[in-house]
Amino acid sequence: MPIWDKKHECISRDILDQLQLERLQATLNRVYKNVAFYKKRFDALGFFPEEDLENLSDIQKLPFTTRKDLSDSYPYEMFAVPLREVVRVHSSSGTTEKPSVVGYTRLDLKIWSELVARVLSAAGVTTDDVIQVTFHYGLLTGGLGIHYGAERIGASVLPTSVGRTDRQIRIMQDYRTTVLVSTPSYALVIADRLEEMSVDIKRLNLKYAICAGEPWSEETRKEIEDRLYVRATDNYGLSEVMGPGIAGECLEQSGMHINEDHFLAEIINPDTGEVLPPGETGELVLTTLTKEAFPVIRFRTGDLCYIIEEPCPCGRTFRRISRIQGRCDDIVIIKGTNIIPERIGDIIAEIEGIRPVYQLVATRHNHHDELEIWVEVSEDLFFDKMREQRALVDTMERRIANFIGMTPRVKLVEPGSIKRVNGKVQLFVDMRPKK
Amino acid sequence: MLFLRSVHTYYDSIHALKGISLHVKEGEIVTLIGANGAGKTTLLKTICGLVKPRKGSILFLGEEITDLPAESIVKKGISLVPEGRMVFSTLSVLANLEMGAFSRRKDKEQIKKDIAKLSAKFPILEERMNQLAGTLSGGEQQILAICRALMAHPKLLIFDEPSMGLSPILTKEIFKVIVGLRREGRTILLVEQNARAALQIADRGYVLETGKIILEGDTDYLLNHKEIQRAYLGKGYREVWEE
Repeated sequence: MPIWDKKHECISRDILDQLQLERLQATLNRVYKNVAFYKKRFDALGFFPEEDLENLSDIQKLPFTTRKDLSDSYPYEMFAVPLREVVRVHSSSGTTEKPSVVGYTRLDLKIWSELVARVLSAAGVTTDDVIQVTFHYGLLTGGLGIHYGAERIGASVLPTSVGRTDRQIRIMQDYRTTVLVSTPSYALVIADRLEEMSVDIKRLNLKYAICAGEPWSEETRKEIEDRLYVRATDNYGLSEVMGPGIAGECLEQSGMHINEDHFLAEIINPDTGEVLPPGETGELVLTTLTKEAFPVIRFRTGDLCYIIEEPCPCGRTFRRISRIQGRCDDIVIIKGTNIIPERIGDIIAEIEGIRPVYQLVATRHNHHDELEIWVEVSEDLFFDKMREQRALVDTMERRIANFIGMTPRVKLVEPGSIKRVNGKVQLFVDMRPKK
Repeated sequence: MLFLRSVHTYYDSIHALKGISLHVKEGEIVTLIGANGAGKTTLLKTICGLVKPRKGSILFLGEEITDLPAESIVKKGISLVPEGRMVFSTLSVLANLEMGAFSRRKDKEQIKKDIAKLSAKFPILEERMNQLAGTLSGGEQQILAICRALMAHPKLLIFDEPSMGLSPILTKEIFKVIVGLRREGRTILLVEQNARAALQIADRGYVLETGKIILEGDTDYLLNHKEIQRAYLGKGYREVWEE
């Protein structure tokens, strides 16, 4: 497979070190000047970018930036350029009280397309491909992020967006899709449906499945590959940092190359904040090196993985991150949507001013992930009248759907029926089969 | 080829360069953009050893040159074409060229050959070889200054404002010469007021502001950058504000 940007993706490590240092210094100089949040933080530490960042490792002197910080800066407080220079705004899914709002200048978009083009190229996409993007097109970065990168390569893009599986399949057959971009679980939903419809999958034109959006496993990869007759690759992105294009697997399928000329990756012990050496699993922390509108410094992604230092046979010199092994915070990922169970309680409490006992339950039916929310009935919250109960459940479903972007099933259960562990209700239970 | 890491330079108590890191790869043209007083000339002087950095390191071809005297740095292969040309106006063109080869003045044979080569390439020098350099026009002086720098056999050629005081046509000529030098395999670091022209011939650029680098990037990236268009690419000024 050709390498999209050989000059950068195969850069020598010593030039890369230098480039990262230069870009980090420039980024810190800019955020110190333009973003009050960082200036305040740096000043409080007595950290002056021009004096105190002599080597890349000096970044460890700086504090982490969290989702809470981003939420507190809602909507535009952390932008590093005036809004007139921002040409696109995205936001993350509702894990925090307020979503994280991220902006892009025209040049940010240009770089973003380039980086996604690198990732897609590495996964096999060329100008001859017909690529079907089943990520959400909208405020989340998945759909548009992949879209622009695929166009940059010159592939034919089918922006089918999420859902309506039968329609996705019809398009896949008729438009002769060669590349499917989806969450790993949705790739399997499609496989299930194809089998139900008795489609001869071998007669489809599919060659590659490019998956992201939720943690998955080698077994799932194998299943996707065996059932859809494709090569499946993993890639990594998150809206707060840029979206897709941060890291992606090449066809060696052994870890995701980080676009290190644009991002500085660290792995930390999530409990102590101490930086861990390559090979050790911890929380991924990312710093943007070139972003203009929304630079982030040491952003805690909450994703657990480790860094692979050994050179990859593909020729790219960028180090790799392993598969995401899970989350280190209380974020739950269902259908590619990040959810903090605690927040759901806040929303329910807003409706009637009462916070009932509740529990989130993730289930899976034929690869379809569903979110159920079990709410215990109590006297002050639920009346005897069936109709009013029904209306309240509807309101809850609607409000929650508004917040998280997917519709849950709210189920009323008897008082005391949700299992307590040491007297405490577990806010989230994952009933999806573990692979 | 050239690596600067977190270089700080002071003029007495004035902090002129505040932690500059930059690099130039072999065969590249790299340009530095910045307003007056941003520290561009100081940066060049620091690389050439004319002022000493207080902190940080400068590596050239893998060797530390941070504390070397200017003449040793010339011998290592870095030559400066200074701002305002600074030809020795009371010396002849020939003497000026010979001065450029001062660091290898014993190599008389080779120096003669080099001068012959240069005058074949720039006939204007040939014609004026015995004239005093001060009587040359601005453009001719600039050519002379470049040739003088070339006499030291540099691997890295540093230009400080080569278009200063030259007409647009002459500027174009000088830029052609610079591109030609790169084609011959020389590496070039270029400081230039005319940011647009510099970005058009360079591969990468750095933007310097009050002694700090605030941006680094490929030139097509910098040419499209709003802040740079507004601040340094005069022509784009109106377009930017009219949007």
